[in-house]
Amino acid sequence: MITLLKNGKIYDPAHSKDGVIEDIYIYQGRIVPKPLGDAKISQTYDLTGKVVMAGAIDMHSHIGGGKINIARMMLPEYQQKQAQETKNLSEPEAHICSPHCSHHATPSTTDTGFRYIEMGYTAAFEPAISPVNARQAHLEMGDTPMIDKGGYAMLGNDDYFLRLLAAQKNKGLDQKAINDYVAWILHATQAIGIKVVNPGGINAFKFNQRRLNLDENNVHYQVSPREILQSLSRAVHELGIAKPLHVHCNNLGAAGNFETTLNTMSASNGLPMHLTHIQFHSYGTEGDKKFSSAAAQIAEALNKNKHITADVGQILFGQTVTASGDSMMQHLNAKHANPKKSVIMDVECDSGCGVLPFKYRDQNYVNALQWAIGLEIFLSVEDPWRIFLTTDHPNGAPFTSYPHLIRLLMDKTFRNEAFAKLNLDAQAMSNLTSLNREYSLYEIAIMTRAGASKLIGLNDCGHLGTGAKADITVYTDLADREAMFAKPDYVFKNGELVVKNGSVVKVVWGATHTAKPAFDLGVEKDLKDYFDKYQTMQMDNFKISDDEISDDGRGSIVVNKN
Amino acid sequence: MKNSNYTATQLSVTCPACGLLCDDVTLNTAPISTLQNGCVKGVTFFEQSLKTTPAAVPCITGQSTDLDSAISAAADILRGSKQPLFAGLGTEVQGMRAMLRLAEKTNATLDHLHSEATVRNTLTMQNSGWLTTTLSEVKNRADVILAIGTDITSSHPRFFEKLVWNSDNLFNKSSPEVIYLGVPAENTKAGIAPNGSQPTVIPAEIAQLPEIINALNALLNNKKINTEHIAGLSVSTLLTILEKLKAAQYAVVVWSASCLKFPHAELTVQSITQLINKLNETSRAAGLPLNSGDGDTSVNNTSTWLSGYPTRNRHFNGKPEYDTYHYSTQKQLSNCDVLLWVSTFNPHPAPDTETPTIVIGHPGMQFDRIPDVFIPVGIPGIDHGGQMFRVDSSITLPLKKVRDSDLPSLNDVITKIEAELLNVHLA
Repeated sequence: MITLLKNGKIYDPAHSKDGVIEDIYIYQGRIVPKPLGDAKISQTYDLTGKVVMAGAIDMHSHIGGGKINIARMMLPEYQQKQAQETKNLSEPEAHICSPHCSHHATPSTTDTGFRYIEMGYTAAFEPAISPVNARQAHLEMGDTPMIDKGGYAMLGNDDYFLRLLAAQKNKGLDQKAINDYVAWILHATQAIGIKVVNPGGINAFKFNQRRLNLDENNVHYQVSPREILQSLSRAVHELGIAKPLHVHCNNLGAAGNFETTLNTMSASNGLPMHLTHIQFHSYGTEGDKKFSSAAAQIAEALNKNKHITADVGQILFGQTVTASGDSMMQHLNAKHANPKKSVIMDVECDSGCGVLPFKYRDQNYVNALQWAIGLEIFLSVEDPWRIFLTTDHPNGAPFTSYPHLIRLLMDKTFRNEAFAKLNLDAQAMSNLTSLNREYSLYEIAIMTRAGASKLIGLNDCGHLGTGAKADITVYTDLADREAMFAKPDYVFKNGELVVKNGSVVKVVWGATHTAKPAFDLGVEKDLKDYFDKYQTMQMDNFKISDDEISDDGRGSIVVNKN
Repeated sequence: MKNSNYTATQLSVTCPACGLLCDDVTLNTAPISTLQNGCVKGVTFFEQSLKTTPAAVPCITGQSTDLDSAISAAADILRGSKQPLFAGLGTEVQGMRAMLRLAEKTNATLDHLHSEATVRNTLTMQNSGWLTTTLSEVKNRADVILAIGTDITSSHPRFFEKLVWNSDNLFNKSSPEVIYLGVPAENTKAGIAPNGSQPTVIPAEIAQLPEIINALNALLNNKKINTEHIAGLSVSTLLTILEKLKAAQYAVVVWSASCLKFPHAELTVQSITQLINKLNETSRAAGLPLNSGDGDTSVNNTSTWLSGYPTRNRHFNGKPEYDTYHYSTQKQLSNCDVLLWVSTFNPHPAPDTETPTIVIGHPGMQFDRIPDVFIPVGIPGIDHGGQMFRVDSSITLPLKKVRDSDLPSLNDVITKIEAELLNVHLA
């Protein structure tokens, strides 16, 4: 059974195809070469004039696990409000809504899968899995239909790692022990990457430290964030994990934090690192309000430091919720919560958690400038292979606002009109209107497909070459890019038509992407002892077996090779 | 004779008898069942479970029948229902996933048997939030533990043994100081340290706790109190508690919403969480809300990610709706036209009602009033595996199957009922 997608305009940056007219053949869920001779084509879609891209990949979106479930539990009003209205109540700035949309910040797992696929996204990655909470994250992702998923396991604030690092600092470096532990965590949590959130800071908060700078020591362990980043980025690199260390810098959201961000770029000594939601880490202290854009400095540094990648974490106006592992900074920011409530947790000698509702307002100076800073970064970073389109869902805005964000990037007039409505003081502090760049469809395809796939190390996603998974999105080439990206004509998942005219026509279940580098299992001897002495669960129960993900007949595991 | 895969006499198990979900427990199955690292609740659970017959059969109006007939009968009852109530819900994650699927197809209201307590905590979290901690943090960091209105051990027997009087901790902390507020002195023995150090026991009636905790908040905020005594306690006693909390490296405040049995107890929970928030302005402290069992934490979490709402909720024309007041079992018993009662860990009886009743649950269930349909199902962690949330919600652990069993799981039964409902629609 061969499906033919005929005459589409192909945007496939992995193969340098920028709008070429070509046919695509699908057989058994994969893209195949043009069949020879008289092989029977069972179905043909005429895509003349249509834009064809691989399914989009969200490389950073909080879609599963403790934090986001706390946000749902804490904020029933988001969903209730929406159920009562046919139109979304929140600011029209953020997105377009359908009558039955669940475009709020805390969708259920089912709605998460549906809203993603309806926008042509076929994979999303949960960027902050607490290793101890990984089972819950996979249970939730297992209940998320339509899309592939995967996650990054958080390290660098867990007492096991910090003990190891502190001991090594005294006795000399044994990078192998660190590497084995990092690989073990990746296997045990069924993750594809390693993340560090506020390196050392979440742990320091448990010792009553309230801020931690890059070269400041955690009071108990006497190790600094820089040392943590060095150790972890080296482990990720030496293990051959494709996804560079995913770094949420120290000092999230604080005025003047851009210097921490700039200095962090050098912390890995040239090894690859990914700085996430960099918009939240690009703030200066200039002006009357001591809060300014440092996007220019950050973008310049990103352009120069080729070993660094970043995603933006754009904010868009409206009601949302911030869910972060950064208990230290979320506790500090709890006073800004709107509505005023917050859940902060210390988690299991492993990590932390902070959930605060937030309402970004275009007439608020800081919020308006945050909006501008994100866009300034997008437009000033030259290489679209090293910058990624995210709102840090739900922290900057719900992922359902991506079509709106894409239009802001592709349409200068639209962007400047939106800018003109902002708080006037914020306008005076931004150079956004002097940035004339408009992203092309090719560049959007890099950021949301080819680049994301390459960054995460997915073997057969994000491109349209022979052998690729047939995850394909087809759009009508509309001048209104928001309308275009909000409602694809067709989405194919594993070669099956699952979305037609923006609505799901078939429910399917995606795979869970992992990476499983080789390591010395001898690391379990010390870990077992540690678990028995200090943890409150058995080491064997900490580990998630393949069966737990695939046994229900819906889930499956993909091990990506590097 | 049937071959058994379970000839091993020692099995490492996860005990679902309370929220601590101890997984350092070993079950010896021969010659008699004994439990290593078991507690009084754990032993009771395994004894009660293992004496049931894994070959229990379903009944229709008290008459034994086969599974298929019972499933048809249950489906017939649900098919005729406009407003079923799914209550009890004593199950783990897989079972709750199934219950939510069926609820969506039948416009059912869902409520857990312990949600009266759960809701007190949820309302607080939704109104102002909180700052909480988890068991390993308690074990390694807590140097002051304040138990409010709960002796902890009645509901979570190994709390002190595992988490407080443990000799191994990461930071060489001193032996924790234990303070009981509003707990009868005779129930505070678990708070005596191995070296004989006595806990501080501050007597108070449960009903006086709101007053006392509000006074603690006032004093912590340096408000002047124009009286010497609050609810029979001297202000200096209250100040002593606060001094200990403030001086702690890591204070943990434990409460159990199920013990706060008075109207609007959520306000008292909120008052406790405010105290913790205030302490955190200068020092570290965290809360630990206890749960009640029967999978309450698992059900609440699973419901939240699948429907977007914690318990209590209902499904109406494919959309979930949330109302902690109207969708209680108590309120809905008079509104519903069918009761589906689920209790798989324990043989909790269904509420007494004239409404047509389906019971799916523990094979050892006894009935005062014979339900229209009874389908015995496996006990999670005995007859089949599963996943369960611990009291602190951060940890989910796998349950293990420990005996050969013919009993279907709740998930099996619900899936079959769904199929039955669907078949007739297609016909």
